[in-house]
Amino acid sequence: MLNLTTTAPEAAETEVTEDIIVVKQRGMFRQILDRLVRNRSAMIGFVLLLIIVVLCLLAGVIAPDGYNAQDLSAKFEPPSLKHLCGTDNLGRDIFTRILYGGRISLFIGVVSTLFSAGVGIVIGLFAGFYGGRADNVAMRVLDIVMSIPAILLAITIAAALGTGVNSAIIAIGIASIPIFARLTRAPIIQLKNEEYIEAARAISASKLRIMFRHLLPNILSPLIVQITINVALSIMLAAGLSFLGLGVQPPNPEWGAIIVSAKVYIIDHSYMVTMPGIVMALTVIALNLFGDGLRDCLDPRLKI
Amino acid sequence: MVKYIIKRVIYMIPVLLGVAFLISFILYLTPGDPADVILSSQATEAMRDAWRQERGLNDPFWVQYYHFISGIVLHWDWGTSYVNGLSVTDDVMLRFPNTFLLACLTTVIAIVIGILLGVFTAKHQNKWQDTTFSIVGMVGISMPQFWLGMLLLIWFGLNLGWFPIAGFDGPKYWVLPCVALGVQNAAILMRFTRTSVLDCMRQDYVRTARAKGQVESVITWHHIVRNALIPIITTVGSLFGGALGMAMILEQVFSINGLGRLMVEAIAMRNYPVIQASVMLLAVSYSIIFLVLDLLYAAVDPRIKADFKNQDFFGSRGRKLRRLSREEGAHA
Repeated sequence: MLNLTTTAPEAAETEVTEDIIVVKQRGMFRQILDRLVRNRSAMIGFVLLLIIVVLCLLAGVIAPDGYNAQDLSAKFEPPSLKHLCGTDNLGRDIFTRILYGGRISLFIGVVSTLFSAGVGIVIGLFAGFYGGRADNVAMRVLDIVMSIPAILLAITIAAALGTGVNSAIIAIGIASIPIFARLTRAPIIQLKNEEYIEAARAISASKLRIMFRHLLPNILSPLIVQITINVALSIMLAAGLSFLGLGVQPPNPEWGAIIVSAKVYIIDHSYMVTMPGIVMALTVIALNLFGDGLRDCLDPRLKI
Repeated sequence: MVKYIIKRVIYMIPVLLGVAFLISFILYLTPGDPADVILSSQATEAMRDAWRQERGLNDPFWVQYYHFISGIVLHWDWGTSYVNGLSVTDDVMLRFPNTFLLACLTTVIAIVIGILLGVFTAKHQNKWQDTTFSIVGMVGISMPQFWLGMLLLIWFGLNLGWFPIAGFDGPKYWVLPCVALGVQNAAILMRFTRTSVLDCMRQDYVRTARAKGQVESVITWHHIVRNALIPIITTVGSLFGGALGMAMILEQVFSINGLGRLMVEAIAMRNYPVIQASVMLLAVSYSIIFLVLDLLYAAVDPRIKADFKNQDFFGSRGRKLRRLSREEGAHA
């Protein structure tokens, strides 16, 4: 857990100017940022992610024709300089589709994670802080949700909600709420008896204020790491749902949907499956590397 | 110990009732009418209504839930398929073994490979072996399983022709789906084992063992690995759950006649009893595996066994430890 109030010895930077020693204090955020910049895996992940995100956002500039522009005279062209990832059964440029699809995949990943993190953290905070019956009820409900494997739950919810981006977001979001709730609750139970919480109570801070201003900042680091990694998991889960025909539907170019629409042609045109998968794997690798690095930087004690 | 087992088994009952409630409720809220999908378009409104009445779909939610539960408890009746009018138990039990076998095989392979590699990389910490396998592991974790499955199918199934590409009838058929499914789990376990072993290597009893001149291999396997494996047991549980879920997606790739395909068909047909029974069965098997691992966990770690003596129903140290390591496994 990060302690916001004290400054670690490494934060003090000594500067000797003539005979006066000036001790420069650096904020916690700067320390973490410094460590992050020096962390190799975090930086590789960050740069990779930045490239992918920028490419996806610039899809309209790189490929102004849009993801459904067909060229029936250029069907099934293998990867070349003109078509970096080849063309599909309708002569659509697969690289273009991957770029536009990245927008959808990343959107699903980020929004569903924010949803589950938001709900999960609030549940965890309340359950952990109030304890007693509220905690018991919340944990029993989460036990129930957790005894259904996350993918299975997402499949069931997506089946109920129907196809589309929104239902994929909700299905995936609900499936990962328990992780965030538990990850929040466990440290809260220990922290709520700390002296600074008692002090906050003593000056009659409201319960909400104690929860969100005093407790939450102190447990943020594992949550931030989990959010990073959860984006990667959500992207994969969304692709899995599309693959089952439950999430985003072709011709929308979500990465899983691109792969599933290429499924019929894998015998002769395997690049149609390979290319979108590689981009998806690269994105997930980037997020995982960044998450790993972030974990080391936010809590150096965990680093082995 | 016996008391703990009984407690845990009893605790499964409300959880499973809750699972049944959750699934029934999700399906109850599903918009759309199974009668529209299953009956022909010529069916009149009266016929549709009679069809719904017959299957209890017009009842309020609580009545439907009660019928579902009482059917299972009193008559072992999991419902009747809307499509073929047969008991869903046959449909589901015909396919469940394939899914379960795939998940189990995958988990076993992942355990063996993941733990061996985890110990290996920890012993060679920060050397080239460690770096290489860390990169391999990162790639393994990041590949979507169904995509890896399709690649394996193209290379080893179609191009090289080493393995059959569809079905699940024997060891030869198991190889590709298990590899596709197992790579990620093995990578997760490898990383987890590595961390756990490194943690144990710093313990005082390891230094003591070295100081008394114990052989290095005994220190590794007896002192370090045995202790490092304890928190891994529960990670295995959540990996098994993930494998059960992902197996359902991989069944689509390798045309395996398992629960995944049954469920996808059932979802398309709004065949609620089949969906309910499949999810329930998977949840039950997941819970049982978790229970077994929990007991194993308690059996191998004397510290936890000692805790059972004075634990209350809901919050013991054992459960807390298990929960913590389950969470670590979930985001490993």
